[in-house]
Amino acid sequence: MHRWIGGGPSDRRAILSELGKDSIDQLFETIPAGVRAGDLDLPAPMDETTLLTRLEGLAAENVSLDVMPSFLGAGVYRHVEPAVVDAVLQRAEFFTSYTPYQPEISQGTLQAIFEYQTIISRLAGLDVANASLYDGATAVVEAALMAHRVLKGTRNRVVVSEAVHPMYRRVLATYTSALGIEVVTVPAGEDGRSDAQRLADAAGDEACCIVVQSPNFLGAVEDLSAVAGAAHGRGALAVHVVAEAASLGILKGGGAHGFDIVCGEAQAFGIPAGFGGPHLGFFATRTKLVRQMPGRLVGQTVDAEGQRAFCLTLATREQHIRRAKATSNICSNHGLMLLAAVVWLELLGGKGLAELARANLARAEDLKRQIRALGGGWKLAYPDTPTFNEFLVLGPANGTKLQQALLDRGVLGGVPSRLWGGSWPDGLLVAVTERTTKDDVAALIDAMEKIS
Amino acid sequence: MRRRPLRNERLIFEHNRERRARGRYELPPLDVPAVDAGSVLPEEQVREPLADLPDLGELDVVQHFHRLSQMNFAVDEGLYPLGSCTMKYNPRVNEVAARLGGFTALHPLQPASQVQGALRVMWELDQVLKTITGMDGVTLQPAAGAHGELAGMLMIRKALEARGEHREEVLIPDSAHGTNPASATFAGFEAVEIASGPDGTVDMEALDRMMTDRVAGIMLTVPNTLGVFEPRIVEIAELVHGRGGLVYMDGANLNAFLGKALPGAMGADALHINLHKTFSTPHGGGGPGAGAVAVSRGLVPHLPVPRVIRDGDAFEILWDDPASIGPMRGFYANFLILVRALTYIWGLGAEGLAETAEVAVLYANLVRHRLTSAYHLEYDAPSLHEVVFDDAFQRAHGVTNVDISKRLLDYGFHPPTMSFPLIVHGALMIEPTESPAPEEVEAFCEAMLAIAREAEESPELLHEAPHETPVRRVDEVEAARHPTLRWEPSEKS
Ligand SMILES: Cc1ncc(COP(=O)(O)O)c(C=O)c1O
Repeated sequence: MHRWIGGGPSDRRAILSELGKDSIDQLFETIPAGVRAGDLDLPAPMDETTLLTRLEGLAAENVSLDVMPSFLGAGVYRHVEPAVVDAVLQRAEFFTSYTPYQPEISQGTLQAIFEYQTIISRLAGLDVANASLYDGATAVVEAALMAHRVLKGTRNRVVVSEAVHPMYRRVLATYTSALGIEVVTVPAGEDGRSDAQRLADAAGDEACCIVVQSPNFLGAVEDLSAVAGAAHGRGALAVHVVAEAASLGILKGGGAHGFDIVCGEAQAFGIPAGFGGPHLGFFATRTKLVRQMPGRLVGQTVDAEGQRAFCLTLATREQHIRRAKATSNICSNHGLMLLAAVVWLELLGGKGLAELARANLARAEDLKRQIRALGGGWKLAYPDTPTFNEFLVLGPANGTKLQQALLDRGVLGGVPSRLWGGSWPDGLLVAVTERTTKDDVAALIDAMEKIS
Repeated sequence: MRRRPLRNERLIFEHNRERRARGRYELPPLDVPAVDAGSVLPEEQVREPLADLPDLGELDVVQHFHRLSQMNFAVDEGLYPLGSCTMKYNPRVNEVAARLGGFTALHPLQPASQVQGALRVMWELDQVLKTITGMDGVTLQPAAGAHGELAGMLMIRKALEARGEHREEVLIPDSAHGTNPASATFAGFEAVEIASGPDGTVDMEALDRMMTDRVAGIMLTVPNTLGVFEPRIVEIAELVHGRGGLVYMDGANLNAFLGKALPGAMGADALHINLHKTFSTPHGGGGPGAGAVAVSRGLVPHLPVPRVIRDGDAFEILWDDPASIGPMRGFYANFLILVRALTYIWGLGAEGLAETAEVAVLYANLVRHRLTSAYHLEYDAPSLHEVVFDDAFQRAHGVTNVDISKRLLDYGFHPPTMSFPLIVHGALMIEPTESPAPEEVEAFCEAMLAIAREAEESPELLHEAPHETPVRRVDEVEAARHPTLRWEPSEKS
């Protein structure tokens, strides 16, 4: 009799006798003997106290970001985590419900999604945003595959800047290799920014899209208008990837520069680092492409009494209706992470988001200034390139060694830039946010000074 | 759901319409010089703050989401027998465990020496899932069931390629969930539908005919989406393997035979497990879930990277492995979901897992028994964890499964699944799960019986349902005809 299971022994006997069965085993008779399980070799059941002690023990084996200054970014950023966000997420009405298929009893979830779609589409500079994807990497894949469909599968090449997060590019390769879609990677220029002309050359007449990330993996803010022009000049769609969504508080989304799809990772909006997930894939595009869009969408409509109401819509794109011809196989998405993002964004407000982004920018510029002044082999890889809150730093050793040396001095100094390879210099990607304190920066600079 | 919210809730954009400056969430003080954005960023890229998002005080935002929450039905409200979704109780201890600072405040790129506890969580879950499925390897990467299907099918593709074979088709029963054919397509296969036999299970003759050397394998749901165990599962797997194919199993229904049977013994080569169904991680209003995939020995080399490996007492992340299909997503997994699933499994132990399946199956059979005279059952093979009725009796009175479901809302229950299986017209797929007390399951049956009577006596009551919900029946046709997918300022009045 376990606490998470409803009926006790006498309940079970009563039901069995109503069913005219002698034992529960009779209900499993259709399972052939040859596939039956014996006793599973698992730890004994645990009461709540024992269980939690065990999990607390495992959690305590980790070094939490709360106890060490951290400049790690590379796709996961530590922004403010207002108490309100998790309080809303802990409301059972939100977290113990499922996909809002029944709009009459799901208006809460539906309206939250509608508000999220509104905010994200505005930030992206586009018309419509979907109700989440799994993460930034899969959002990039979905964008490339959507571009492939939009161009009717006649253009089998995806051109991607090497300065798109290497992990995203690897996931793209996993998916495209099965579909016979070619991925051409174009290295960034000497300034860490993608070169629109080289992207256009790689596209030729065969590319369905050109994909750039901005701010890119190296932290550089790309020349988005030039890239959109290059893509359109070659008859391809332009995809703007955002791995650090807080940048959208100060930088226009690609839609404003002519991009057709803006997508990526919105973990920055109130979602804990959580050792890599669950995070939040976002995806926005133009109205005229919406029928090729992946993922769920919420629309506004009316109920039988003419009241405003919301429901899932344009579902004929989706797997439960279109099956093998669906625009994506996604079903369960990252709805609760979307809720975290929309609560976070609404709590900050438009001005708060801008202020947050400006604080990131200011702290990054301040740290860059201090690194420039350091000497001892420390320098910015791209001193004249515009950045948001992350940038590539070169030091007296390679990135992996620098990371270790800084760690020895009590600082998580950054992510080695060649962790996943790359044709860029071997250094450390250093990220700051509005949470980075003066003491954190002092600790980093102090540690850097000692390594030379 | 009888409760209506005390007030309707405006869209956030309609609050503070004068856009007055009000105290909002405060950031840590800026103790470095502010910079002029235009001087360090390309000027044409610098944006103005979003004007539509008003300044609101903390209580305004809390009330907004509180009021919205009041319009939702949830597992904590009452029976949520949404078939195939396993809407079981989400133990609160899971939530506590997943919020421990040593798990949430962890960056995925911290050195391995700092994240041994997290790596151990993944390794432990990997082990228990192998035990529960009787299979040889596991990937924890997939973010949901569909994502797991794709990972599994990509591994199957890779295994065939390693044998130098190119097989184009995948057989999928017509009873399958929509993600199966969609995932097969995204793995580069052609999904070929195989018609179910008269009892709703796989038609062996059709399989024999269709299982040619062009076929990479079959995607089977076990038990199938009717809640029926394929009686010839072993023969099916033998036939497919005998012709060089592989067997993918959709484990969305694992709750039916937890601790009772082993997919490994059934001949599965890959099987996804929806941790958000079987292992109680919350459904979150749509997700996030997790869709771990267990694989047979032959697919182990093709598991996605990165993955956790053990070296003595230490754990590490393996980023590259030549035969791997590569990564399916960013970083390692929906880690905080994995913490919840492991907490649940450790809480239950082996006995608890078997008991889970027992009571889930018992309840489904109770529902079946109580409703058989009132609702039509297209396939009458024995049920495991769910039962699929349909609206054939009620259609005579002009009442459909949608009407029945909407009326059920008035009685305070979530409706069954209606969108599939496609082999049942007007389906009502009911999965009570093991969590509720029997009284709750019985009350649901009473409501269904009352609705069956209403369908005969006063069908308009059903056509106009729901009557008691926060909004009345929602016009989904209008939503699709004139898509309004975001709020526009021009609607301000
Ligand atoms: C039988 C079956 N297979 C696959 C899936 C897909 O799982 P997910 O929604 O986690 O992607 C579902 C979920 O609804 C299902 O019921």
